[in-house]
Amino acid sequence: MMSKINFLKPDKNNLNTFIYLGSFLFLISVLDVFFNSFFSLNLTGFLPSFLSFLLPLILGFIGLYFIRIEFSGIKQLDLLNKHINTNNFNAVLSLLIIFVIIKSLPPILSWFVIDASFAGDTKDVCTGSGACWTYIKVWMRRFMYGMYPNAEQWRINLSFIALVLMGSVGYFATDRFKKYLTLYYVVIYPLIAFLFIFFFISGGPVFFDFSYGIIAAILSIIIGFFIPVKYKFYYFLIVPLGLYITLKYFIFFEEYIELGKLDGLNWVETGAWGGLSLTFIISFFCLIFCFPIGMAFALGRRSNFPLIRYISVGFIEFWRGVPLITVLFMSAVMFPMFLPEDFFIDKLVRAIIAISLFEAAYVAEVIRGGLQALPRGQYEAAKSLGMGYWKMHIFVILPQALKLVIPGIANTFLALVKDTPLIFVVGLLEIVGMLNLAKTNPKWLGFAMEGYVFAAIIFWIICYAMSKYSYNLEQKYKTDR
Amino acid sequence: MNFKLKDIVPQLITVTAVVLVFGFFTYNAQINMENRGIDFGYGFLSQESSFDVQFSLIEYDGSHSYFRAYLVGLLNTILVSVIGIIIATILGVIVGVARLSPNYLINKFAAFYVEFFRNIPLLLQIFFWYFAALRALPLPQDAEAIFGVFFLTIKGLYVPAFIWQNFSVFFYSIVAAIIAIIVIRIYAKRVQENQGKQIPVFLISIGLIFILPLLSFLIGGVGISFEVPVLKQLATTSFIYEGGVSLPPELIALTLSLSLYTATFIAECVRAGIQGVGKGQKEAAASIGLTPNQVLKLVIMPQALRIIIPPTTNQYLNLTKNSSLAAAIAYPDLVLVFAGTALMQTGKAIEIVSITMFTYLTLSISISLLMNWYNKKIAIQEK
Repeated sequence: MMSKINFLKPDKNNLNTFIYLGSFLFLISVLDVFFNSFFSLNLTGFLPSFLSFLLPLILGFIGLYFIRIEFSGIKQLDLLNKHINTNNFNAVLSLLIIFVIIKSLPPILSWFVIDASFAGDTKDVCTGSGACWTYIKVWMRRFMYGMYPNAEQWRINLSFIALVLMGSVGYFATDRFKKYLTLYYVVIYPLIAFLFIFFFISGGPVFFDFSYGIIAAILSIIIGFFIPVKYKFYYFLIVPLGLYITLKYFIFFEEYIELGKLDGLNWVETGAWGGLSLTFIISFFCLIFCFPIGMAFALGRRSNFPLIRYISVGFIEFWRGVPLITVLFMSAVMFPMFLPEDFFIDKLVRAIIAISLFEAAYVAEVIRGGLQALPRGQYEAAKSLGMGYWKMHIFVILPQALKLVIPGIANTFLALVKDTPLIFVVGLLEIVGMLNLAKTNPKWLGFAMEGYVFAAIIFWIICYAMSKYSYNLEQKYKTDR
Repeated sequence: MNFKLKDIVPQLITVTAVVLVFGFFTYNAQINMENRGIDFGYGFLSQESSFDVQFSLIEYDGSHSYFRAYLVGLLNTILVSVIGIIIATILGVIVGVARLSPNYLINKFAAFYVEFFRNIPLLLQIFFWYFAALRALPLPQDAEAIFGVFFLTIKGLYVPAFIWQNFSVFFYSIVAAIIAIIVIRIYAKRVQENQGKQIPVFLISIGLIFILPLLSFLIGGVGISFEVPVLKQLATTSFIYEGGVSLPPELIALTLSLSLYTATFIAECVRAGIQGVGKGQKEAAASIGLTPNQVLKLVIMPQALRIIIPPTTNQYLNLTKNSSLAAAIAYPDLVLVFAGTALMQTGKAIEIVSITMFTYLTLSISISLLMNWYNKKIAIQEK
């Protein structure tokens, strides 16, 4: 019953012959590479070198060619053909990728795990050819907390745990409290975060200096309730700042405040902050600041008032046109020249201001995209209900526009997190900066690779989680229009 | 004209606030500079700079002016940006198309590449390539030749230099080829519009661009020879390659990381662009009898490019701006040479930082204007 088999043209009639032959050849090619890579055996060593090198590719290619039979009726085979074996070109690419993966697994595994050293706490244990994770272990505290004193690091941990817990309130809130969530996240949560950062992490008198600001803000919000709606905007433009200045320079609280100073909470200057915690602090604050600023400029760019529009366009285009590193240069060397001589702004604060303004321009452009994407009818409908500019934007336009731009905003925030290492320009060392410091330590020379891989893994996890989360948000708030 | 108070007041407040802030800054700057005895002015640009730059495209040493140093930095920035843009575009397009491949392995491989490289800070990648990966390369004396002429060492990549005879003839032959191709394209278009005949423009173009320069070699007396880098011993343990062109490791690390990083974003732009072309377009094009190549060239690409170009322009701009990270690994770009060394020497913070920022602004705005022009050219002509 054997019909004549044409090996140049696989067909369905001799299905089994082709499948056995093809998968055999394919398996041989994969096994050849596998043995070569995992056990460094060269099965085809007797052949000339270039042929021995190419043989698995040729065998695998012929094998895949033989099993490429359409509608074979075998489910797995059809799936295989559909996914990796559609034509000759794809077959070669698939083979190459399979071989590259098999080839690169052993060196990667041995570097990461098998030959790596984990034990001990000196450089001497790292004699193998693999990674020296001991280096990371020994320097872990520096990578996480920078030069922050070891004994005080519980303050950072405590603040972060508290902030995460309070940040997750929204997740557990019942329907009764849901309507206050926006207020909570926009006003109360950032204020508490400030308190934690300035009181717990830095300790010392900064908290009291800052407390004027909080008192001023709370006072002006309370009085704000009694101000007629018409003047509210101008009120909030002027009064809080005025109150702060009055409190700080005209009403002296120093004596009272000295009493309230907690015992033992040492002052840690911002120069000592660093490591991954500084990355979080900077990202967190810039994120809080750049969003409202960006929103303001997005609205300004679409304003009907030409002067406001020009100023917004100028602001946005300026910050978008220059690299962040020059902005930080500016904040480091040029900005102090612009301030009164006895007026000193901490370099961390300067860096945060610079990054916030920079990212605000990007946020502004993203939000403007959302505003432009809304149909005119939404504006007209809101106006026809008698809403004013602010009411229209707060209740009708912005909720819809922001929903549209969630991916863009998330990308901007991702860029923000990835930009934090640049603060090395102003002399602050977050995790990448600490790595560069550690790698020049004479006791631990030669472990640059481990450090960078470690930091890359951390950043990758953070950024990947953020992008997945933004994708989820986007799906959650997606409304068909 | 009817002025309403309601319209004037907010604008007035904003403008006053801006003017006040700027006035405050200028006032302080003046006082500060007076106190420190610094005078404002751009005269320092013509003074002798008296510092050296490691890598420079134009002739430069300490006896040249600060302006020349500025030019050196600017050219280095442009060099990195241009190389980076070219590599990132090629890589990005390949990966973007691979992301759409029906082949599961290729698809996942491309996705892995994109997710991997774009979620790691660029600065970290630059450090990784410069301090970890390129430092693992062999010393000059231990380097093995790649194809016998390239030497990849810890001190950089050494490639052979071309030595041309009658280079101008070769150059003119290429110019002539390009002009001829343009003329043929215009002619072919006219023929197709008038007579419906198609001329194989692509084949003719390829032929021209190869044949004319080849003729210049055969007839025009153009000659080419290579100057291969040769190892030379300076001291007992110190070796160096002489001859050829040497690319410093800073440049390699920077272009590598910039293009790998930006390519991920370009890949996403390309993918979105190709996906953005409706399926019906392809089917319609196929149903009127266009060949697959024609469908791609005449129907899909023009529409996809329209979606791809604006975000890709942004990525080019980002790459140009990101090239300023060069300062972190001491590649002598604009920021390092001018806003770094020159600023330290002269102390003219305001002038130098403003010149640097203005330069980047100009670069960004000129790229975006160019791309806007192109974008407008290929936009849908709606009636």
